[in-house]
Amino acid sequence: MFAFAIRRIVQAMLVMLVISILGFSIKQSVGDPIRELTGISVSETEREALRQQLGLNDPFLVQWARFVKNAVHGDLGNSFYFKRPAMEVILSKAPATLELVFVASIIVIVFSVPIGIYAAVKPTSWLSRICMGASIVGVSIPVFLTAILLIYVFSVQLGWLPAYGRGELVEIFPGWQSGLVTTDGLLHLILPSIALSSIMLPLFIRLIRAEMKEVLEAEYIKFARAKGLRERRILLVHAFKNTLLPVITVGGVQLGTMIAFTILTETVFNWQGMGSMFIESINRADTSLTVAYMVFVGFVFVVVNTVVDLIYGVVNPMVRIAGRK
Amino acid sequence: MGWWQRLRRSLLVHSFLQDPLAVASAVVLLVLLIASLGAPWIAPYNPYDPSTVDILDSEIPPIWMPDGDARFLLGTDTQGRDMLSTMLYGMRVSLMIGIGAVVLQAALGILVGMASGYFGKKLDAFLMRLTDVQLSFSTYMVAIFFGAIFQSAFGMGTYERLAIPLLIVIIGVAEWPQYARTVRASVLAEKKKEYVEAARVAGLSTSRIMWRHILPNTMTPVLVISTVQVANAIMSEAALSFIGLGMPVTRPSLGSLIKAGFDYIFSGSWWITLFPGIALVILILAINLLGDWLRDYLNPKIYKG
Repeated sequence: MFAFAIRRIVQAMLVMLVISILGFSIKQSVGDPIRELTGISVSETEREALRQQLGLNDPFLVQWARFVKNAVHGDLGNSFYFKRPAMEVILSKAPATLELVFVASIIVIVFSVPIGIYAAVKPTSWLSRICMGASIVGVSIPVFLTAILLIYVFSVQLGWLPAYGRGELVEIFPGWQSGLVTTDGLLHLILPSIALSSIMLPLFIRLIRAEMKEVLEAEYIKFARAKGLRERRILLVHAFKNTLLPVITVGGVQLGTMIAFTILTETVFNWQGMGSMFIESINRADTSLTVAYMVFVGFVFVVVNTVVDLIYGVVNPMVRIAGRK
Repeated sequence: MGWWQRLRRSLLVHSFLQDPLAVASAVVLLVLLIASLGAPWIAPYNPYDPSTVDILDSEIPPIWMPDGDARFLLGTDTQGRDMLSTMLYGMRVSLMIGIGAVVLQAALGILVGMASGYFGKKLDAFLMRLTDVQLSFSTYMVAIFFGAIFQSAFGMGTYERLAIPLLIVIIGVAEWPQYARTVRASVLAEKKKEYVEAARVAGLSTSRIMWRHILPNTMTPVLVISTVQVANAIMSEAALSFIGLGMPVTRPSLGSLIKAGFDYIFSGSWWITLFPGIALVILILAINLLGDWLRDYLNPKIYKG
């Protein structure tokens, strides 16, 4: 286990190293920080002095090492547009994205578990056929299109739900503007979270159905039936519990997809989260914020994946052995 | 017996004709392919030619609505371009990028998968780690990040000019791991078979065994995932275009048409964004359903949804 953990952590660090090199090279190739700092009136010699002073004439590797050192301390440079540290901008936008992901995850869990189990138990019933058919259609509709359709039907045509923004916000603790505690905020959350969950829901329904079907064939289910246990207890306690492990793993792996889809969903709904900030930073050529977002998301991602892998390694020893070459 | 009769009696065609869903999606796909690839000859207008476009014709609703115009079957967009023609041209761009990206993915994936599966050991361990790491980031995220990197590196103008090849590279680079894994798995299975042993004993060179003997036998699973991958590539392209990292509005794909029309949905001009959206969904659905049938037919049990 120890060797496995070390190997996973080393791998995670290597990935972060690659991300930092990528991010740093973009920063290097785009824009001249001196031009951003000074006006036209500053002479060439003064610029050269400033450049020397800021260490911009150092070799690439030295500058990269400095970039990594600052990044480790949480300093990813300043956003040109916001004139604030990029990290601060990202963290101020994080609650919006987290709330969206949180509500979407709840929707996914609440719907995928019963539908998945039902479709596995009664694969031939018309209801599960409809659900499985709908899940193929669901996979084929890009998330931004689902979002546009929702906006068209529920905001433009029916006028029931707001189509953009986060509505009324309340600061629940410093730096966290929440839309979860006001009615207006919750109304604003409905459409974006449905749109975001629409892509995960079919996937999880299919996954739970497939795993349940497999488990229901197992001997111990037959034994539980022979023992005369109630069907509900067999399904939920004996069968469903054993489908959880693969489902959680896939859930962890899907985090990246989820982040990518928050970018799309936030763009459609003008949701002021990290995703729309990222797109705006690209459009404004605010490279340092773009790079900061990529490094930050890459970091969160690598950490989550590594932790999921480690937990999985603890639970299932086969993973550790398979990883050993 | 002519080739046509032999084809009609073959298992492939038989099982295809037995499945009405597969036939229907194949027909739809064929119609879309012909209409979009033949857009310059089929489309009523040329949206790239400014002389045929009149700004006074902008935002005309489809023909069956009260304000419809007989000249424009599906209405016009905000620049006065005929929606039907613009969509056909847009689908052409989408398909070109989708197919191009899949060819690139397949080339990269087959190369990596072959090397990894055939040579094994350290190289295999390294390459598979690489694919694992990239897959864990999800193809969308990799594509969006590469799009952002390219956009920053080239600048907006150059990016838009080179959009088609750049998008092919971005999506190709983002999605090759699927192929690498599939090819590696079947190379590992093939490598143990006797015909490979025989070829080796006969003294054939490694590259000949790899490319002429093993590769053709890995093609079935590659074919199966290719259909699904084309749909995925088209979706990725649409997503990239939608967030502004894809095709410019002057040379729109379906994704950038949806993006361009989205702003007008609130003023009631729903057709500008919904028609390209519906076209995109139908295209992807047809490819996916056909891919599902193909997978069930060939059922190599290698690619699990």
